[in-house]
Amino acid sequence: MERRELIQLQDVSFGYPQGAFRLSIPALAIDSGARVAVVGPSGSGKTTLLNLVAGLAIPETGSVTVGETVVSDLNDAARRRFRADRIGFVFQNFALMDYLTAGENILYPYRIVRSLRLDAGVRKRALQLAEACGIADKLDRHPGALSQGEQQRVAICRALVTRPSLILADEATGNLDPETKVVILDLLFARAAEQGAALLAVTHDHELLQRFDRVIDFADLRQATVS
Amino acid sequence: MNALYLAFAHLRWNWARSLVLILVGALILAVPMISEILLRGSEDALTRRAESTPQVIGARGSQLDLVMDALYFSEDRATPITMAASESVWDSGLGLPIPLYTAFDTHGARIVGTTLDYFEFRQLAVLQGRLFAVLGEAVIGSALAERLGVGVGDTLVSSPQNLFDLDGVYPLEMSIAGVLAPSGTADDHVLFTDVKTSWVIAGIGHGHEDVISAEEAEQGNVAANAALLQFNRITDANIDSFHFHGSAESYPVSAVIVAPYDTRSATILRGRYLDADNPLQLVLPDDIIADLVDRIFRIATLLDAVTLIIGVAAAAAMGLSLFLSWRLRAEEMATAWRLGAGRGSVFALAGAEILIILCAAICVATLIVLSVRTSSEALLNWLLAL
Repeated sequence: MERRELIQLQDVSFGYPQGAFRLSIPALAIDSGARVAVVGPSGSGKTTLLNLVAGLAIPETGSVTVGETVVSDLNDAARRRFRADRIGFVFQNFALMDYLTAGENILYPYRIVRSLRLDAGVRKRALQLAEACGIADKLDRHPGALSQGEQQRVAICRALVTRPSLILADEATGNLDPETKVVILDLLFARAAEQGAALLAVTHDHELLQRFDRVIDFADLRQATVS
Repeated sequence: MNALYLAFAHLRWNWARSLVLILVGALILAVPMISEILLRGSEDALTRRAESTPQVIGARGSQLDLVMDALYFSEDRATPITMAASESVWDSGLGLPIPLYTAFDTHGARIVGTTLDYFEFRQLAVLQGRLFAVLGEAVIGSALAERLGVGVGDTLVSSPQNLFDLDGVYPLEMSIAGVLAPSGTADDHVLFTDVKTSWVIAGIGHGHEDVISAEEAEQGNVAANAALLQFNRITDANIDSFHFHGSAESYPVSAVIVAPYDTRSATILRGRYLDADNPLQLVLPDDIIADLVDRIFRIATLLDAVTLIIGVAAAAAMGLSLFLSWRLRAEEMATAWRLGAGRGSVFALAGAEILIILCAAICVATLIVLSVRTSSEALLNWLLAL
């Protein structure tokens, strides 16, 4: 399969307005369909990298490009549309809505983002994802009635239902037991591969690194090291 | 639609909080309207009844208590006067006296002892049966008949005044001769009987076994029995044994409604009761009620201000509750933002939630107001009888 560069960061520097933390990335490129792990100590800038790629944070200098889109040049509304269309998020705490059923949570992006249109095709895709993730029989349950592994499966379905080209996973397996971690990660890999989506995953779990195609190490706080 | 969908799902999930917010909202909306309905209704009911009752004679004292007892059969009984007051008006030829004796109750409703003139005076129609004709018969108001589930041919027993007073008032079983058509007034909630029947309840009139039997009389053996049987029901068989002791003029009545024959007669009658030494007074219900309504509306103005303050406080509490709820949902909003939702979507979600609560509150408030309006007549009669 031919791989093109999906993400490109060039001469990026970023700092929070009230804080000493600064992140500098001279150059970083990630291929489409790649499975990339981001590791490093807490506070080293792993989540900031995800935020920069998603357009949630704007670099002070340099550029962030995803596909043909220069994310760092987009205005607020365009960045939101970009996120809705191109990015799928999986969070450590799952970020599911307790008042919605698992099925409703999967379709949540279509309920909250105006540019996304919910139709029969989307519902069918959501059901197929739920079946593939083994939660099709639990779609009418609320998150409180699901195990943590099941909740993360719901979160994965929600991340994939919009057919994003990039999945950003921030400690997606951090709250799971060792066995479930492996199952969930394999599931994430499989579903992402199915859709041809790249995966950029922040993790503290070094045992899982061998499963990724590539690892970005943030051990050096001053400068991102790309391996 | 999506905002409404999510808002409804959130409100349904937090149903207890939503219910409280809806009820508080409904009360904020309904209370001023209920207050207005009851105030206007009470003004109408009070004024209508007072306007149709020219004069009332009763014991000197609180004019308001006298009017409330004579017109609305309120809980506070007027100090009794004697039947002489009624006879006096009759003898004067200046108006039609209608005595009212409201001392007794049955099943929580007032027994009103009066004459047949009362029904003509109030233009009360009989729905079933007929008016009372003989001692021991009664005519029941429509609402009371419905509440007690009784009709023509049934009987009602007057409530004993004091269970342990051997010399006191004994219950009398009265048969219902007729049911009145609804009038939307206090007359719907009482039991009417002849004033003489109410005197029987008072123990002034009574019936009992003959002291001697005919056989004993023939034999000349007269032996009175101390265990004399008092009748507690007036029947064809024992009605002849009922009799009254003393002069009818001394028998008690609560008040006398007077319908003067003309304006001149009304003025003369008023003049006769102006003397402060006269133990009786003649009042004009229209004036008394106008004064009462005026006071009620002055108090209502204060109540409106209090209601407004409470309403503002409750609305502020609702706003605070919604605001805190949104603070608690900060994580959800952050997730929505990450997923690509704009501020508009978040505001739409908040707006949809407020809209649903408001609509539900309006529906509940409408139901409350409609139910109060539907039952305002009974509610007002109950309030006026207090």
